[in-house]
Amino acid sequence: MIAQHPRLPRIDPLGALVSAVGAAAVLWLPFVVFKPNRVLPGVPHALAQVLPSTAALGCLLALALVALAALGVANAWLRLGAALLGLIVVAAAVASAGNLLTPVGNKVVRVAPGSGFWVLLVAIGLMATDAITRLQPRPIVRVLMLALFGAITGLALAHGVFDHLSVMREYAVNAGRFAHEARQHVWLALGSLGAAVIVALPLGILCHRVPRLRGGILGALNVVQTIPAIALYGILMAPLGALAAAVPLAARLGIRGIGAAPALLALFLYSLLPVVANTVAGLARVSPAAVEAARGMGMTRRQILTGVELVLALPTILTGIRIVLVQNIGLVTVAALIGGGGLGVFVFQGIGQTAIDLVLLGAIPTVALAFSAAVLLDALVETMNRSRQ
Amino acid sequence: MISIDNLSKQYGATTVVDRVSMDIERNSITVIVGTSGSGKSTLLRMINRLVEPTAGRVLIDGNDTTREPAHLLRRRIGYAIQGNGLFPHRTIAENIATVPRLLGWDQARLQARVDELLTVFQLDPAEFAGKFPHQLSGGQQQRVGVARALAAEPALLLMDEPFGALDPIIRAKAQDDLLDIQRRFGTTIVLVTHDMDEAFRLGNRVAVMSHGRLLQYDRPAVLLTHPADPFVSQLTGLADRAMRLLSLTTAGEAAVPGSSAVPGSSSVPGSATGLSIAASVSLRDALSELVWRGADSAAVIDANGAPCGQLTVAAILALGRPR
Repeated sequence: MIAQHPRLPRIDPLGALVSAVGAAAVLWLPFVVFKPNRVLPGVPHALAQVLPSTAALGCLLALALVALAALGVANAWLRLGAALLGLIVVAAAVASAGNLLTPVGNKVVRVAPGSGFWVLLVAIGLMATDAITRLQPRPIVRVLMLALFGAITGLALAHGVFDHLSVMREYAVNAGRFAHEARQHVWLALGSLGAAVIVALPLGILCHRVPRLRGGILGALNVVQTIPAIALYGILMAPLGALAAAVPLAARLGIRGIGAAPALLALFLYSLLPVVANTVAGLARVSPAAVEAARGMGMTRRQILTGVELVLALPTILTGIRIVLVQNIGLVTVAALIGGGGLGVFVFQGIGQTAIDLVLLGAIPTVALAFSAAVLLDALVETMNRSRQ
Repeated sequence: MISIDNLSKQYGATTVVDRVSMDIERNSITVIVGTSGSGKSTLLRMINRLVEPTAGRVLIDGNDTTREPAHLLRRRIGYAIQGNGLFPHRTIAENIATVPRLLGWDQARLQARVDELLTVFQLDPAEFAGKFPHQLSGGQQQRVGVARALAAEPALLLMDEPFGALDPIIRAKAQDDLLDIQRRFGTTIVLVTHDMDEAFRLGNRVAVMSHGRLLQYDRPAVLLTHPADPFVSQLTGLADRAMRLLSLTTAGEAAVPGSSAVPGSSSVPGSATGLSIAASVSLRDALSELVWRGADSAAVIDANGAPCGQLTVAAILALGRPR
């Protein structure tokens, strides 16, 4: 006799959403798009159409399993495992679709991941993110997860698993430029951030010490922040161009109306507000009693600033730096418009040539960079908050 | 000894402390008491120059405090505040070591001092040294705050409402601890509070402040029996002033020696009840005990249980009147 009726598992709301969206993507959206060449419109293919029937069946079964886990499994580790299985299956499916649809030796046809693939990727990615949030892993574990994910992806790319997909085709053509532009992208984002921190930190301390200046400084930086990126690049072109014409040394240093200089300057200006504002907020958050006690015990102003105030404000300041870094990685893309280089070069070239694959070659690494920066700095901030409450 | 000489502080047109002069004795506890806005905290903070006086001066052992840089002066003076002001990012040991480290003590001496203080404040060094402030209870944090103020063996300790954030039971314990500490280290303590009970309990001398002026500065009993100003009697309270006065004397101090009774012998009135009272108990509590037991007298015994005299209700009542 059964003593207890097995309870029906509660249906997970997020799981229901993910499963519904995923199922819709598999059923009605094209998994890949086959194009005779890079600019011609393509022919959509569903998942079941492109793979051999046994492989397609396996894929669909695996995805159904993932959906079941999303719906009814409460254990976060199992959910994460299921999501990873889903990601691998989808990645493997799109890779073999590329291999199967491309005639041997043909370098003209393009097999592009379709909307169905992207929707599946987002849905399963959401499920994975949710599982990780539920697990509440320590910051170091999150960083390790990111590293592992990056390593697996890198390994797959290096082994040419995705070589027959359109984006990788574009990469193969642009490999040399890609490395250069990626370096330029990172350097523009980090360089402007570094310069901004050097200026913004003292500015924030000044705002904290002299409340009368706070309104003016933050107000001015706020105005800068409201100028659209393209407009700011444009505004900076004229004065920098004039400077280069008037001062030969400036021109020799690479300061010109177009190119990296206005891009760096604009990014630097955008970076100031978040760092200054967070420095002010971080310093304001420091317990007045601790500062009072520090003064009463005979610490000098500098000792109080470096030993108590800045240390206690650091997590908040780092949060500002995180905002800036993620924001800059995105904004650097626009720098390509004024000859500043970076991955935006591929985006704007792709738009110009209506070659969406080239756009993706610029966009996907940008998103990956921004995401990785966010995870790394979040982990750093949390580690600090944990150790010093 | 600290001499406060005609000390004033003005912020614009507002006078916060108005020509205060007082001498603070070495090895004593002086309590500055007053309502909020009376200038008591400002007066205290002018002693270690957290506030610079507008006029007047402070002499410590005859030396004008403005002779050396303020931060060096403060390293020689202990300072504890309400809400303890512990550094949340430093361990208990690091917090306590703050001033000795500023003074450049070597590691061995520093370590020994931290362990000694933790032990004195009933915090096991092995357990607490490596913890962070947020891992401690409010009472423990407060003890660490006082330990930190005492770390560099200051001759003078300033305390600004140090027990203000504690609940009554923990506060009473913290006050007892402070009396012990004062006896042990012989530190001169100046403490600011708005709590009259605390002032009477701790102070060898009590200074009453109102609107920046020092109204009266004397022994607690004198404040009760000879208030210099209506505000002083208002602050000390009229309704229970007799009880307050009794609470300032212990049974041991009031016991009449010679007539010591052997419990059980019938010649002394009251001893038939066999009632005995510890010498350290205040007369207020002794009276309460006698009323409760319905006795007229009791034997007073010292800490070892040896009889040291006799105490009657009539004698206690006589001591509760102004002389």
